[in-house]
Amino acid sequence: MSLRKQGMTRRQLLSQSAVFGASFAIGSGFVAGRVEAANWALEVEYLSSETMATLIQMARDIYPHDQVSDAYYAIAVKGYDTAEAAEAIEANIAALDAAAKGIGYARYIDVGWERDRVDLLRAMENSPFFQQVRGGLVTGLYNQKAVWPIFGYEGESFSQGGYIDRGFDDINWL
Amino acid sequence: MTAPFDLNDDSVVVIIGTGAGGGVLANELAQKGISVVSLEAGGRYLPEDYINDEWDSFGQLAWTDPRSTSGDWRVAKDFSGLPAWIVKAVGGTTTHWAGASLRFQDHEWKAKSTYGDVQGANLLDWPIDPREMDDYYTKAETKLGVTRTGGRAGLPGNNNYKVFEAGAKALGYKEVHTGRMAINSAEYDGRMACQQTGFCFQGCKWGAKWSSAYTDIPKGEATGHLEVRERCHVMRIEHDKKGRVNGVVYVDAKGKQHEQKARIVCVAGNSIESPRLLLNSASSMFPDGLANSSGQVGRNYMRHMTGSVYGVFDQPVRMWRGTTMAGIIQDEARHDPSRGFVGGYEMETLSLGLPFMAAFLDPGGWGREFTTALDHYENMAGMWLVGEDMPQETNRITLNHDIKDQHGLPVANVHFDDHPNDIAMRSHAYKQGIAVYEAVGATRVFPTPPYPSTHNMGTNRMSEKASDGVVNKHGQSHDIANLFVSDGSQFTTGAAENPTLTIVALAIRQADYIASEMGKKTL
Ligand SMILES: Cc1cc2nc3c(=O)[nH]c(=O)nc-3n(C[C@H](O)[C@H](O)[C@H](O)COP(=O)(O)OP(=O)(O)OC[C@H]3O[C@@H](n4cnc5c(N)ncnc54)[C@H](O)[C@@H]3O)c2cc1C
Ligand code: SF4
Repeated sequence: MSLRKQGMTRRQLLSQSAVFGASFAIGSGFVAGRVEAANWALEVEYLSSETMATLIQMARDIYPHDQVSDAYYAIAVKGYDTAEAAEAIEANIAALDAAAKGIGYARYIDVGWERDRVDLLRAMENSPFFQQVRGGLVTGLYNQKAVWPIFGYEGESFSQGGYIDRGFDDINWL
Repeated sequence: MTAPFDLNDDSVVVIIGTGAGGGVLANELAQKGISVVSLEAGGRYLPEDYINDEWDSFGQLAWTDPRSTSGDWRVAKDFSGLPAWIVKAVGGTTTHWAGASLRFQDHEWKAKSTYGDVQGANLLDWPIDPREMDDYYTKAETKLGVTRTGGRAGLPGNNNYKVFEAGAKALGYKEVHTGRMAINSAEYDGRMACQQTGFCFQGCKWGAKWSSAYTDIPKGEATGHLEVRERCHVMRIEHDKKGRVNGVVYVDAKGKQHEQKARIVCVAGNSIESPRLLLNSASSMFPDGLANSSGQVGRNYMRHMTGSVYGVFDQPVRMWRGTTMAGIIQDEARHDPSRGFVGGYEMETLSLGLPFMAAFLDPGGWGREFTTALDHYENMAGMWLVGEDMPQETNRITLNHDIKDQHGLPVANVHFDDHPNDIAMRSHAYKQGIAVYEAVGATRVFPTPPYPSTHNMGTNRMSEKASDGVVNKHGQSHDIANLFVSDGSQFTTGAAENPTLTIVALAIRQADYIASEMGKKTL
């Protein structure tokens, strides 16, 4: 997922961006992996790039897998960047930022420790917004075929003749 | 007469649903030369159509028409619109099923006599002697090609089985093997042997697993006596002035309604849709629904005591490779009230792919406690616990008039509360399942809550007396002689075993009865 904006390269995009929180670079209309090695950028149309970056951080805090790059979390939540969803998402992220202010940070994304961000999420765990984002991630994140190999899951095997000759009983430590 | 049949042909047997019960009954009757029209709400999918991807397959095959839930079971909270995992397709839920095919134990046919009075349970003995079933079980096993019966070899054990077996043996369990499975361990009945592909729940693309979709249905059609009309949803069953059923009204794929006349109607829509259809067929003569003089239609809904245990190990298991459920421990299936509950349970290997594991391991769970479990997905082994649950009158299917399906019909509400016996059995089963994995070095274990019901039973139950149930020992309704129930909803009690072999054996038996009564002109 390396989405270009108006024909610009990712490097050009990054050069126009400001570092946001710990992990994101944001510019007008896009969120990107902060370092050059994080090879992804997501264009946003209806949400502000700050809101999208916060949503990506929230997704990671709900289902944190340290070996899974932000790119997959971004894919999992990019569906909220629609004309219909945007207003409610902006309002809910604003509420999350307000909660962060309550514990002394400017915004949710500025809260340094995951533990503290998770506390903020716990406090809103039963809200429809949280449940919508969490429920959406169950398929949005874990049903991405590109994520499966990170967990070792091999997916369909019919095209390769099943596992009959490919280790269905190869366990060797029992 | 040969198929296709005319809508006004009132000599045909109409069967509603083509799953384990309906699909087998249709073929068995057709083989005897009896004219059958099978009406199936779902479409026709064959092995080349099956998708080896959990959510895509679910979208292709599952029954996703609206339903509602109530009661204290956790499914009502986590999956309020999806009480059960049932298929809507030619072949019914035998496309998704895992193939575990076990006979009831003798005492399970006589639950009331064996267990005595259990408070809050509406127990009853089946009006069938276990010895009457022996030959029918053999016929069913032959039809399905069940491994470890009739001289057929067992399946080889996969990684998930090997962990399970090692743990079971370490605990001293004796009855441990790769199961009696309706999955070919060698070529059988023109179908090939299992290739250990690992998507048994998504439809077997090799056809190694029995499903009525590509066995009984085409065999019946080949006789010329069976016509299957797919994407035809039966809305109600009609009756004449004497109170005998004489046809069904259904809506086809284009939304057009038709009435098919019938000599006999057999309902086999699974334990949620079958009672719903009988209730939706209420008339001025039968204001409480058809075959419901006992008031038992929809009641005594059973779903088996279930749960799963997953264990994480310090080394890889890769449980998803190979057959999904070919592994069983039967030592706990006995009735032994000293454990603190009546009836027993089976422990069976189970694996879910990563997408379903994320959805079902701990529904609603999040944060690192949840994600560190999935981080070790590759090192996980899994088992399913399945045991007898208590029939309760208040666990029932009712019509929810506030929600209508796409045909404008009230949907089924599924109400379920666990019985204390179910809870006691589940905690025992969790403990034993955990012990199995800890015996082989599990570093973390997960006693996972029940999934949406895969085993649905009891909502049109069989009884000796007309006042106690809906159908007699042949599945013939007590109230209306030419109305039959032919699926798992006939179950008087659920036993510990997976239900399908018994559904199939009862369907074969019912076909003999219907043919003989038709011969005698009593039907
Ligand atoms: C994932 C999974 C794994 C399973 N594994 C096993 C196992 O290993 N062993 C075992 O014994 N059992 C297993 N089962 C259960 C087994 O599949 C069912 O017990 C069995 O298929 C039930 O048979 P049935 O005839 O009652 O209904 P079904 O097989 O569900 O068939 C009912 C059919 O009726 C149709 N229908 C319903 N209403 C209407 C209507 N109004 N008009 C027209 N058609 C209608 C449906 O579309 C469906 O095709 C499993 C189930 C699932 C979901
Ligand atoms: S594991 Fe065997 S039975 Fe199951 S889907 Fe694969 S080939 Fe078919």
